[in-house]
Amino acid sequence: MRLQTATRIALYATLELAGNPENQITASAIAEKYGISINHLAKVMRDLGRAGVVESVRGAGGGFRFAGNAKRTTLMDVIQIFENVRGNARAPAREPGEATPAGQALRQVLDEIDAITEATLRSITLDTMFKLIQRQRQDAAGPAPG
Amino acid sequence: MDSAAESRAETAPVTLRDGREDDLPAVIALDARVTGLEKERYWRELYSRRGKELPFLVAEIAGPDGAARLAGFSIGEVRAWEFGSPPCGWVFALTVDPELRLGGIGSRLMDAIAERFREAGVKRMRTMLARDNHLLMAFFRSHGMMAGPYIELEKELD
Ligand SMILES: CC(C)(COP(=O)(O)OP(=O)(O)OC[C@H]1O[C@@H](n2cnc3c(N)ncnc32)[C@H](O)[C@@H]1OP(=O)(O)O)[C@@H](O)C(=O)NCCC(=O)NCCS
Repeated sequence: MRLQTATRIALYATLELAGNPENQITASAIAEKYGISINHLAKVMRDLGRAGVVESVRGAGGGFRFAGNAKRTTLMDVIQIFENVRGNARAPAREPGEATPAGQALRQVLDEIDAITEATLRSITLDTMFKLIQRQRQDAAGPAPG
Repeated sequence: MDSAAESRAETAPVTLRDGREDDLPAVIALDARVTGLEKERYWRELYSRRGKELPFLVAEIAGPDGAARLAGFSIGEVRAWEFGSPPCGWVFALTVDPELRLGGIGSRLMDAIAERFREAGVKRMRTMLARDNHLLMAFFRSHGMMAGPYIELEKELD
């Protein structure tokens, strides 16, 4: 599975903010950390703000803050703001040949894959992501002595 | 993102211990309440095989009248070489009374059954659950479980 760039940026920003609930963080700090364009990030932050995932902080320094609950917000909650993960499952046939038996059989196989993707994204919370991120950090730091 | 609608379980002390035969009616009733299926024979059969390799744990909490009542249970078994897999602890069920959720009881049951598996000498635990049971899947994932190298396949027998 591939995520669109905007979705990926949104996930980084959400994880960054939710992982630092005490601090407000500026868009430029996030852009710099993940090597992404500030313009693209600004648009993504507007979408996240409109969806209620983040809120902007006025006043000195400005910046953003996570507005949800990291133990209840799943990857799917963020991703579906930007893309239609199971977009084709219920839509009428619109790919070439989709109404044919071969098209239907192919649909059935693709639906199987989508269902697993959906279950995965709906069950991984930001809090679970923090644990995965932590493990990556430890792996990068090398094996513990002894 | 509906944390406001969730209620935290009360903080009466919760005790974990091995299940006994007289726990079975409450276990069967809680399982039936959560899954909609009463499986008396299934539970009695599992119970009859309980032991070091088939841990059966219950969590209990003091009720308003002071008497202990069932808060949750977990049951699993060490199985070897099925599906070509080295010995591994399977969690068959882990359930908490809906009124007592979000108070850490599920996590204590999870830690306790993991400890039993460790004592039985296995290094890995595994479970299988409905793909659309996002609550249970989020719980297991919060405990570090991820998809393993197996996938379940099935077909209708006609
Ligand atoms: C899953 C279950 C065992 C969790 O029990 P619990 O006592 O509420 O669990 P805990 O309080 O220890 O929760 C541990 C973690 O699981 C995750 N979790 C639990 N409930 C959650 C929910 N509603 N949404 C998202 N994550 C949740 C969280 O990460 C939580 O951490 P937190 O308490 O720090 O927020 C319980 O909800 C249950 O019995 N569900 C039904 C199980 C079932 O369907 N059984 C039938 C097949 S066996």
